[in-house]
Amino acid sequence: MATLHTKTAARAMMAPAVIVLLIWMAVPLAMTLYFSTLNYTLYNPISQPFVGFDNYSYFLADPTFLAALVNTLVLVVGVLAITVIGGILVALLLDQDFYGVNIVRLLVIAPFFVMPTVAALVWKNMMMNPVYGVIGQFLTAIGLTPIDWMTEVPLLSIIIIVAWQWLPFATLILLTSLQSLSADQKEAAEMDGAGALSIFWYITLPHMSRAITVVILIQTIFLLSIFAEILVTTQGGPGSQSTNITYLVAQQATSYGDIGAASAGGIVAVVLANIVAIFLVRLIGKNLDA
Amino acid sequence: MGQIHLEKVRKTFGDVVIIPELDLKIEDGEFVVFVGPSGCGKSTLLRLIAGLEDVTSGEIMIDGAQATALPPAKRGLAMVFQSYALYPHMSVRKNIAFPLKMAGMDKAEIDRRVDYAAKTLNLDAYIDRRPAQLSGGQRQRVAIGRAIVREPAAFLFDEPLSNLDAALRVGMRLEISELHQRLKTTMIYVTHDQVEAMTMADKIVVLRAGKIEQVGTPLELYTNPQNTFVAGFIGSPRMNLLSGAEAEKYGAATIGIRPEHLRLSTTEGDWTGTVKVSEHLGSDTFLHVETPVHDEPITVRADGEFPIHAGDTVYLSPQQDKLHRFNAEGLSIR
Repeated sequence: MATLHTKTAARAMMAPAVIVLLIWMAVPLAMTLYFSTLNYTLYNPISQPFVGFDNYSYFLADPTFLAALVNTLVLVVGVLAITVIGGILVALLLDQDFYGVNIVRLLVIAPFFVMPTVAALVWKNMMMNPVYGVIGQFLTAIGLTPIDWMTEVPLLSIIIIVAWQWLPFATLILLTSLQSLSADQKEAAEMDGAGALSIFWYITLPHMSRAITVVILIQTIFLLSIFAEILVTTQGGPGSQSTNITYLVAQQATSYGDIGAASAGGIVAVVLANIVAIFLVRLIGKNLDA
Repeated sequence: MGQIHLEKVRKTFGDVVIIPELDLKIEDGEFVVFVGPSGCGKSTLLRLIAGLEDVTSGEIMIDGAQATALPPAKRGLAMVFQSYALYPHMSVRKNIAFPLKMAGMDKAEIDRRVDYAAKTLNLDAYIDRRPAQLSGGQRQRVAIGRAIVREPAAFLFDEPLSNLDAALRVGMRLEISELHQRLKTTMIYVTHDQVEAMTMADKIVVLRAGKIEQVGTPLELYTNPQNTFVAGFIGSPRMNLLSGAEAEKYGAATIGIRPEHLRLSTTEGDWTGTVKVSEHLGSDTFLHVETPVHDEPITVRADGEFPIHAGDTVYLSPQQDKLHRFNAEGLSIR
């Protein structure tokens, strides 16, 4: 019961968590904003003169920035496309009743429990290596020239690795949604003369629209900040072919020691993430309304 | 046209026999009600006719043509589900238009038919709403609308009123009966409620454990139940079924007498008893009377203003011409 007393008690109980969360978010953000206005490098950390927006103009004018921005979007859209479409197909498959469906479900979900770094390394060395990787061996076996994934198609390689990691998540959410579709509706559509494709298009897909929205929104948040997979495989290369914004920011700090530019880049990334978020909520957020 | 013949239809799920071999003829334009207790296979039988389940063996003929292997859509039947099964993301208009759209009908004809159905069912005002914004009775009407636009050979209703409240149920019962009068299309209606069966049906099929116990008009079942099951199932309150010494007096293993066919008196009668409970309904009073002739209380109908209370002594006499006699197998003795 929401009496005045319980409301006050509830606020008092929540206060520590809210305050801690606020500090953990507000302090780093404030420090990043502050550093982004200084000429702060690790090679000469003693002198940190105020430079205004110089770090921003330096970061935004860097030709790598534009490439990184495009790579980020391609990475997000590519992974989303594969996981949503693939997730729907796998979910439709797992919704069927076949022998051993429980074991198959468990196997499909397994990749989600593998750490990103480990997954990326396994893909790089055991799957995509042109000489002793599984794909290379297979291509050699059937007489084709193996592809050197990491140098020939670096961004596609990363998209494949990340999609492999996120497919289970999409599948799981879409499968639960699929299982909540009442059999009556499908039977009614069947009696109304709808074939399997029409049932999918007019009944199943609209039913799943909310789950698809959830998958897109949640994945976008994580996909904008992909880092580990790039670090252990291509390291953003060759050149900047597989550098995304997150990796570029990290590069500014670790490779060039330029904390000021990295901070400015971090703020730019925050702004971009918000633009994407607003765009997405406008576009598909209405699906979340009851 | 809507003539449906079931010949030697059998349905099993694994080892479980749901419907042992069964024959049934439904004539064109009939309102047939399948009635029986839960789990008697009445819904399964309807789903077999609809084609949503495959028969294990036997044949289903619709209008004289073989329909056993036809998919549901090709049988020309329309179904109204217990849950209504409306498409939640579509407006009422789109819901009703869906079967026509699937049939590839042209836009103008679809609009004409949907508007006609909406007008018939008083849905005009809600035509652009979603199912979630409608009340139970309105959803029910949308489900019926979606069935009638197809102009099917027969309508199948699967317990369509069980999700409605009592007052609405009586109203919808009347509407469905009127719809049948107007369309004169075959209707098959499944229910566990014998009141719905009695009030709506041209022909009632009483089912128990997948077997047909009796087929007949409501009055036939009421006046001439073929066995104790039908006798106990049709009629409200239930028929009193007495066995033992009292039944032997009439040369039967069991005798049945309906509450409305017992004469009640405070002075004299065949059986003496004590009133245990009296239920005053206004128009009628139902008394539960404990008697030495039967170990369960006997139900009696009295006038609404019959001045009687729990604990009073009463005398009951069955009307001899309304007494039903059953042999040891539970079958009626004529």
